[in-house]
Amino acid sequence: MTAARGPSPVRIAAGQGFWGDWLEAPYRQVTGGPIDYLMMDYLAEVTMSILQKQKSRDPSLGYAKDFVPLMERILPIIVERGIKVTANAGGVNPRACAQAVAEVARRLKLGGRLRIGVVTGDDLLPRLDGLMARGHELRNLDTGRPLSDVRERVLAANAYLGARPLVDALRRGADVVITGRVTDTGLTLAPMIHAFDWRLDAWDLLAAGTVAGHTIECGAQCSGGNCLVDWERIPDLANVGYPIVDARPDGTFEISKHPGTGGRISVAGVTEQLVYEMGDPAAYITPDCIADFTTIRLEQVGRDRVRVSEVRGKPATDKLKVSVAYFYGYKAVGTLVYAWPEAYQKARAADRVLRQRLESLGLTFEAIHTELVGADATHGRLALEQLAVEDLPEVQLRIGVRSHDKPAVERFTREIAPLILNGPPSVTGFAGGRPKPEEIVAYWPALLDKSMVEPCVELVEV
Amino acid sequence: MRRRSKAVTGGRGGSGKRRVLLLELAHARSGDKGDTANVGLIALKPKYYPILVKQVTAARVARHFKGMITGPVERFELPNLHALNFLLHGALDGGGTISLKTDAQGKVFSTALLRLEVAMPR
Repeated sequence: MTAARGPSPVRIAAGQGFWGDWLEAPYRQVTGGPIDYLMMDYLAEVTMSILQKQKSRDPSLGYAKDFVPLMERILPIIVERGIKVTANAGGVNPRACAQAVAEVARRLKLGGRLRIGVVTGDDLLPRLDGLMARGHELRNLDTGRPLSDVRERVLAANAYLGARPLVDALRRGADVVITGRVTDTGLTLAPMIHAFDWRLDAWDLLAAGTVAGHTIECGAQCSGGNCLVDWERIPDLANVGYPIVDARPDGTFEISKHPGTGGRISVAGVTEQLVYEMGDPAAYITPDCIADFTTIRLEQVGRDRVRVSEVRGKPATDKLKVSVAYFYGYKAVGTLVYAWPEAYQKARAADRVLRQRLESLGLTFEAIHTELVGADATHGRLALEQLAVEDLPEVQLRIGVRSHDKPAVERFTREIAPLILNGPPSVTGFAGGRPKPEEIVAYWPALLDKSMVEPCVELVEV
Repeated sequence: MRRRSKAVTGGRGGSGKRRVLLLELAHARSGDKGDTANVGLIALKPKYYPILVKQVTAARVARHFKGMITGPVERFELPNLHALNFLLHGALDGGGTISLKTDAQGKVFSTALLRLEVAMPR
């Protein structure tokens, strides 16, 4: 892309907002119009433990497997058009992910035309005991407890790396950068630092790139998806366009999407995404900088085009966030549906019967949680206060239990079906069968001194 | 979308106020951080923002969600975006994978907040 005046902007397109996002989005982003980078975010907090489990069964796994067929589909296009990719699809095994992509590229006869960058160094699992022995307690940011409390149940431990190692990979000529646990925002910020040669202490610029990353990291959630304002009139969500950042060297950027796509880029929709998962808006902390969201200025500068400017930043801290996944216990959730008349009262009665039976059986749970879907499941008593429950045509009884005791959870799963014949009437909806006990892998957020983590960048030539 | 509003007794000469659901003045999006839900509340028009600042206090929001959350409520202001950000601590039954709630990630605390009644100047 060349601009008529001034330095060229860089176009960074979001292709995946999470692992499981729309498979068509990356293809549409690389074919729907000109872009320079495709950014794909795969890693939610608990994803790493799932991947760790897969890797322990097969050492060649442990990454987002669907990334490989997805790359197979777009590799010829991105090589042809010179589009670069940043993705944290590598999970707990970025090298294996890169090898799998390299094999696909060779099969597509792209030998000599593709260089893959691999970012590692985030995996702390093999180093955990050493770190703890040296006094790094990895205290839980929410509870203040030291990690030693759950050490023997830890399944994965990863530091969140920032944009820097991706910048290194891009500088060394990587066309596709595959990482493990890198922040969502770093995947977007890195191409800007690389393209504009931003200094790593240019805090306002780094904060601007971080805000750009936050804006598009959830994919279509800033381009009309899950947007409350005027939701019925947001056009053509079936064909929704995923967002694109048009970044400029001065740190200003615009959010847009490809022409001819559905959805909407509006100040209201972008604002909703900016406040999504927000803590203190004056201190959005990443490994790269601290971004201040209370300075951001938004303007609608065209149809489906929002300009973002005046982002301010502060120096990065000397810590990295660490996400630890550990085995917590078991849970199960069962459901039944009760029909009119008095659907709500019948479901309530069934809940009382079930709880009494669990108690008689002497089963102990850390929690028993009942919701009546259709009445109070999401808005609790706030909904009931504004509702005539006697009119409800049906209500789903949804009851869940959680325990460290697996047999107790298993026994619970056998107590739902009997209610169909031996509980309150007008009940149905048990076609799914007995609920299955699920293992709970919980998340333990902590901080670690940055100096303890050394990111590593390797290149794979195809 | 059904929007309820009801007029309440105003002062003389129409100087009264209307009590409306927050839904008429704001939109919102929410998400999670562990066992904390965040609700970003955004004025539908810039002129509504001072009403939000004045009436949708942390204490008021804590009362609104009483019995539904176990921890305190924090509020942050983003005047540049005509938005307030609320952190509802202890809102998610442990959060993430631990939670037994349908809304384990706090996605619809946003619209639950929009059920709050505020007084709107005529």
